[in-house]
Amino acid sequence: MKEKASVETALRGLFARQGLAALATTEADGHPYANLMAFAATEDLMSLMMMTGRSTRKYDNLCSDPRVALLIDDRSHDPSDIHQAMAVTVLGRAREVPKEERGELLALYLRKHPHLKEFASSPSIALFEVAVRSYYLVRRFQEVTELHVQR
Amino acid sequence: MMLVLPLSQVKGMDQVEVGGKCRALAQMWGRGIPVPETVCIPTEAYARYVRATGLRERIQLELSRKDFADMRWEELWDAALRIRNMFLKTDMPDDLRRELFEELTKRFGESPVVVRSSAPGEDSAEVSFAGLHESFVNVTGIPAVLEHVRLVWSSLWSDAALLYRRDLGLEVTKSTMAVAVQELVRGARSGVAFSRSPNDDAQAVVESVYGLNQGLVDGTVEPDRWILNRESGRVLHHVAAAREERMVAGDTGVVLEPLPEPLSARPPLSAEEVEQVFQHARKLETAFGRPQDVEWTWGKEGLVVLQSRPVTTPAGSGSDDGRRWYLSLRRSFDNLASLRERIEGELIPGMIEEADALAAEAVEGLSDARLSDEIEHRLEIYEQWVDVYWETFIPFAHGIRLFGQVYNDAVRPDDPYAFLDLLAGTDMASLARNETLGTLASMVRGDAELREALEEGAPPAEFERINEAFSERVRSFVDEFGDLSCPMTGSGTCDGPPDSLVRVLLEMAEHEPRRTRTRQRDREAMEAAYLDHFSGEECTRAAELLDLARTSYRLRDDDNIYLGRIEAQVEVAVEVGLRRLSDRNRLATEDLSRGDVARALSDPDFVPDEAGDEEPVGDMVVQARQIVGQPAGPGLAQGRARVIKSASDLTTFEHGEVLICDAVDPNMTFVVPLASAVVERRGGMLIHGAIIAREYGLPCVTGVPDATERIQTGDLVTVDGYLGIITIAKRGQPSDAKDR
Repeated sequence: MKEKASVETALRGLFARQGLAALATTEADGHPYANLMAFAATEDLMSLMMMTGRSTRKYDNLCSDPRVALLIDDRSHDPSDIHQAMAVTVLGRAREVPKEERGELLALYLRKHPHLKEFASSPSIALFEVAVRSYYLVRRFQEVTELHVQR
Repeated sequence: MMLVLPLSQVKGMDQVEVGGKCRALAQMWGRGIPVPETVCIPTEAYARYVRATGLRERIQLELSRKDFADMRWEELWDAALRIRNMFLKTDMPDDLRRELFEELTKRFGESPVVVRSSAPGEDSAEVSFAGLHESFVNVTGIPAVLEHVRLVWSSLWSDAALLYRRDLGLEVTKSTMAVAVQELVRGARSGVAFSRSPNDDAQAVVESVYGLNQGLVDGTVEPDRWILNRESGRVLHHVAAAREERMVAGDTGVVLEPLPEPLSARPPLSAEEVEQVFQHARKLETAFGRPQDVEWTWGKEGLVVLQSRPVTTPAGSGSDDGRRWYLSLRRSFDNLASLRERIEGELIPGMIEEADALAAEAVEGLSDARLSDEIEHRLEIYEQWVDVYWETFIPFAHGIRLFGQVYNDAVRPDDPYAFLDLLAGTDMASLARNETLGTLASMVRGDAELREALEEGAPPAEFERINEAFSERVRSFVDEFGDLSCPMTGSGTCDGPPDSLVRVLLEMAEHEPRRTRTRQRDREAMEAAYLDHFSGEECTRAAELLDLARTSYRLRDDDNIYLGRIEAQVEVAVEVGLRRLSDRNRLATEDLSRGDVARALSDPDFVPDEAGDEEPVGDMVVQARQIVGQPAGPGLAQGRARVIKSASDLTTFEHGEVLICDAVDPNMTFVVPLASAVVERRGGMLIHGAIIAREYGLPCVTGVPDATERIQTGDLVTVDGYLGIITIAKRGQPSDAKDR
């Protein structure tokens, strides 16, 4: 159980330090597609939040196939990254959060990204919640630990 | 920046650039104190080398496999050996080499030199790295000098240096190294001097030997010692040495030779010379502003100071900073040879005697109070032997490392552990046992009736009738090695089923067990190739070292067996106590330590401390997917895990499974010929699991944290013995089906 606490602490720390995640979605023809996204995580690590314009390619992808992968890491663009950086791959399903449910989730998102307040309030912007299924945490170059959410 | 700096230039520079030793030499030179002609290769050269060759990152990768603080010392041994090999196998980049080559040629040409470490932070008043990094005396020719510069650099990452830095809380990733290259002064007499004795504030010490200083510094040659009054300089006391040998420069390096007769009759220093050495030490104390520990030699031109550093242990503090133990890891051949004598002649017979004596004492009939005392008594004996194990057996294991280093320096193999193939023994007890098991299994395989009888659990009389030869052999096997149901040699409390041996034989009969790699001829060729690198006297020494290393290697196996016998006798008494406690429902006995059992027997109100590691059940499940350990046996294998927590897990071991254990005991390794790979929590190349895996050519990963907790029997595991990685696929992994 010590290990679980250590993984959760590592994830919370990483999510607090990092503002951006690489998001992978699937194109209509099945091709993978990747973007950088500002994200925020709930304290219990069950969900990640992100926002996107409704006219974007990723919005279309998310609507047609909600399965996503995200990558969040703490690289510093130095050769030492290879053993020092930590990275987590997140697998989950995204859903657009309806206006009436936004309240706390949006507040959480904006606490982390206050500068996106204007962006978030635009009617053309959608808030997505990714219900996490698994985390794959990589540390020390090759050490991989999985965290699976039981729903 | 220039990469070869004369002392005149070093003088104004920072320690970070030139290291402690170079800086002190430059300061002495500046004050007109005679020092050998010296140049400094600054830390900049080291930085350029590790940057350009990618070594910087390779070292970091090696040291960050797991949290540095969690690495066992054996793992650091291994990491240090691998790192040293990286330096041996990695040439300097051309431009760096050219620059150093030209400057050093101008300075020294073909004259013999000394190549010494000069690490920043070395030799300050607070810490002393004395002896932790390497120095090489009598190196001739610039190509050889450059090789030795690389070796000095690599000693920054020696096991002793790593351990010491870790204990001091120094950040190893910031470590760097400058090097001093000095003319070799062929002193006829040498020594050290403390301007203030480390043991007494009011005294000073002068020590001296004939020949070069190396014999004194590494403890091979005993010095004459003078204790002086620090104020007056008057000699209070002279302790004469036996004066039998001296260290002199050989063709290359240094050699120990008998001291000529006339010299052994008189001390290396006259009364006036002792005075002169002391005055030099006082002068250096004044110059540096604190008491100094000075190394000197008496050359043709008179007294020369080789180095000077602050005295680190203040008088009266009695502090032992642990460095002593780390230094003990680095043993000379002579020292190891005498350890061997003590181990074989005294300690091992002593352990056997101890175990036999304990086994002869009956514990069943003792009263509770007496049994409690007996458990305490046995624990005490056992702990004493554990101390002996640490103080003598473990340092003796360094014979393997010493050989490895000599082998790697001479042969420069790609695999830094290739030398282990030369040590792999044919006379290890556990291999002999496995060999016999294999023979028994093939008898079962060839005799259908016998096999059937065994499968049906027939009584011994039955298979004696069917196959007498088999029955006879089984009896002598059990006499010699036991019936495989005990986790420890000689343990009276075996929790395996009584038919353990039968089960193992049936499994082996069905699947031919793996044999040790037959490499006798390879080994002979390898041995010849190794000895080819030496000639004359050196060749004899190389052969002697190989012999010593073979004993070291065999003892890695045997010492555990003997210690296990004593521990088993502790266990015998503890078992009796546990039975009594559980008969009375006194306590839940499963979590009691041995000491607790003794206390519970003598104190009816004793309650053990709660471990209390309960965590609330969460809604997330954590699983290790890939765990990094140490590569300890090359190869790649995949199989179902068999996690060994008790002896019964061994007897259900199936062919092709991966052996996962906390610490392989030599008594457990009979299943190794059935296994496809070995994984162990303990780390290091020289632990038993690694040695035995190597004998059978199996992939092996050691130093896997919490291996038996994070991996479960039945998990599909892939063992990458090249990189030291375990990948785990859990049964019932969530599927990745597209379930929109």
